[in-house]
Amino acid sequence: MSARGLLLPRPASAQDRPALAGVDRLGALLTLAGAAGLLLLPFVAFKANRILPGDPRGLAQVLPMWAALGCRVTLAAVAGVALLVRNALVRLAAALAGIVAVATALAAAANTLTPPHDVIVRIAPGAGFWLLLAALGLLATDAITRMRPGPGTRVLLLAAFLGVTAIALAHGAFDNVSVMREYAVNASAFAAAARQHILLSLGSLGGAVIVALPLGILCHRVPRLRPGVLSALNIIQTVPSIALFGILMAPLGALAAHVPLAAAVGIRGIGAAPAALALFLYSLLPIVANTVAGLKRVSPATVEAALGMGMTRWQTLLSVELVLALPVVLTGIRIVLVQNIGLVTVAALIGGGGFGTFVFGGIGQAATDLVLLGAIPTVVLAFSAAVLLDALIERLDRVPQ
Amino acid sequence: MIVIESLTKRYGATTAVDAVSMVIERNSITVIVGTSGSGKSTLLRMINRLIEPTSGRVLIDGRDTESEPGHLLRRRIGYVIQGHGLFPHRTVAENIGTVPRLLGWDEDRIRARTARLLEALQLDPTLYAQKYPSQLSGGQQQRVGVARALAAEPAVLLMDEPFGALDPIIREKAQDDLLDIQRKFGTTIVLVTHDIDEAFRLGDRVAVMSEGRLMQYDRPEVLVTRPADPLVARMTGSAERAMRLLSLTTAGEAALPLMAGDGAPDGLVVPTSASLREVLSELLWRGSDRAIVADDSGTPRGHLTVAAILARARPG
Repeated sequence: MSARGLLLPRPASAQDRPALAGVDRLGALLTLAGAAGLLLLPFVAFKANRILPGDPRGLAQVLPMWAALGCRVTLAAVAGVALLVRNALVRLAAALAGIVAVATALAAAANTLTPPHDVIVRIAPGAGFWLLLAALGLLATDAITRMRPGPGTRVLLLAAFLGVTAIALAHGAFDNVSVMREYAVNASAFAAAARQHILLSLGSLGGAVIVALPLGILCHRVPRLRPGVLSALNIIQTVPSIALFGILMAPLGALAAHVPLAAAVGIRGIGAAPAALALFLYSLLPIVANTVAGLKRVSPATVEAALGMGMTRWQTLLSVELVLALPVVLTGIRIVLVQNIGLVTVAALIGGGGFGTFVFGGIGQAATDLVLLGAIPTVVLAFSAAVLLDALIERLDRVPQ
Repeated sequence: MIVIESLTKRYGATTAVDAVSMVIERNSITVIVGTSGSGKSTLLRMINRLIEPTSGRVLIDGRDTESEPGHLLRRRIGYVIQGHGLFPHRTVAENIGTVPRLLGWDEDRIRARTARLLEALQLDPTLYAQKYPSQLSGGQQQRVGVARALAAEPAVLLMDEPFGALDPIIREKAQDDLLDIQRKFGTTIVLVTHDIDEAFRLGDRVAVMSEGRLMQYDRPEVLVTRPADPLVARMTGSAERAMRLLSLTTAGEAALPLMAGDGAPDGLVVPTSASLREVLSELLWRGSDRAIVADDSGTPRGHLTVAAILARARPG
């Protein structure tokens, strides 16, 4: 009943134009989405076992009356802030309060619905939960953007978010939620997958930097090479990832069969070798293109002054040109890292390992929770990499004034 | 002393600089003037070997510039370009310390030298040393560019259109500062410009270039009174050559001895550094015939009359 209050501002503002002026547009959109998630979609799905389709349950069905009411009142208050309050700090606090309320409700629902000592039943987050979480997450990131935090503050916020999440998970608050149930079963495989995922993402990136940076410098120095190199790399970029993994399987398999040394260092037609090679190839274009763009951005007068004062070509390149190009080069590296973290997931198809193992395993078994066990950490990893590198780039690109 | 011997630069079929020979005196300002494409910048860059000549050679104080690697040569020669070319990622102090650091000076010496140069260029070190180039005005950036070029106490300073990016009022100030700097440090300056007024204002000697060839190289008054060919005459502006000639002489140089009763001037008083052109203009404006020339302390040193000035506006 009390949730009707969430919907009230909508018809009023739709009919009455002047009222709309005071209402935050994004807040209105997020309120609509959140209200739909809370009122129309199931908050959790109750499954008798891990592969059966879930039985949808609303918030009121899974929590005691007072708890469901508390959660709804909290969310209504968050909506009020999202609609009417301009202060970014208040908006952020409201969004975080909302996230805590929704997460607590999920944990409580899972604990209430799971029979004691049961290991078969699964309580999965429902569409309503995800929609609420997405709306509140957007509200939080929007509030952070409005506060224009410096690079250091953003990294601190990320660390705080990851820290709180880790503590909540480590304390077992969500142990009865389906995804954590899958984690409990796959704990050792999860650690190995995480290691492999990070290793493949960073390893292919490292290899690409070693090759692409000199290649970019060469393309800058010898403009004749530029169109050829860039279009070749462009063509690689257009090959779909699964196709590229497939294309690489044959030559690498042949290499392993005919060169004992190659086989000895772990090169095979399937597994990590073709995955790493494909990711490496995908990584080249953004880094080469951004190196060329970054060096082009350096004023010719600056380079001429450096040479005119008696710097050698190497000194000019290392201490002037590359330093000035670095923020743009790092932007390329950021693109590659985030792209790789996503693409490594696909590498699981050819035995490359990583979080994709759970995604494709889950698809094969029709176990959505196992898919989420692979997908959620991938998203968190990519998001964290993006925040960290963005902060680093901003730090380096700081133009005094 | 810089001796340039039939220096030539060819790019394929085109000749950018065609067998230029000239001698640049120590402790002087030599201005190379010419239209764009005349080869003046190429000539300048062959002195510090940013461009390697096709043939010919350059001797600085008797030493062939080819006798050491180009980058080592360039560390001994100051270089200032249009738009200053300061390093945007380094502070003013770091910019100025570039060449001393390349030469391995110790930090105390670099700091002292940087402070001295900033003071010489009227930039308070405590205010400006730690600023970044983007925080300075155009005129300040230009001065830091000059300070950076002078940091390692070079005997020779090459300047390629150094004032081209400045607006006219700041440019005049920058030109005066350069004359000051030259007197203070005794640097041999070679400056390239397309602005003939700048050439006459700054140059002890002026070299006129056209299509890669050196047309005439002499003192400014000789270029005005005896141009070597019609092109030089056109560049120096034959229509106003009398006024140009007057602009080359200062009131101090032309002043006549004082006469009795000059102690209490009621008319025009001009400083010794004013040019005859300025004095004449001021006299015409006031409808007056006589000016007293006074030194910096205000003591009268001589006088000038319109007739005396006009006598100086003719060659010979």
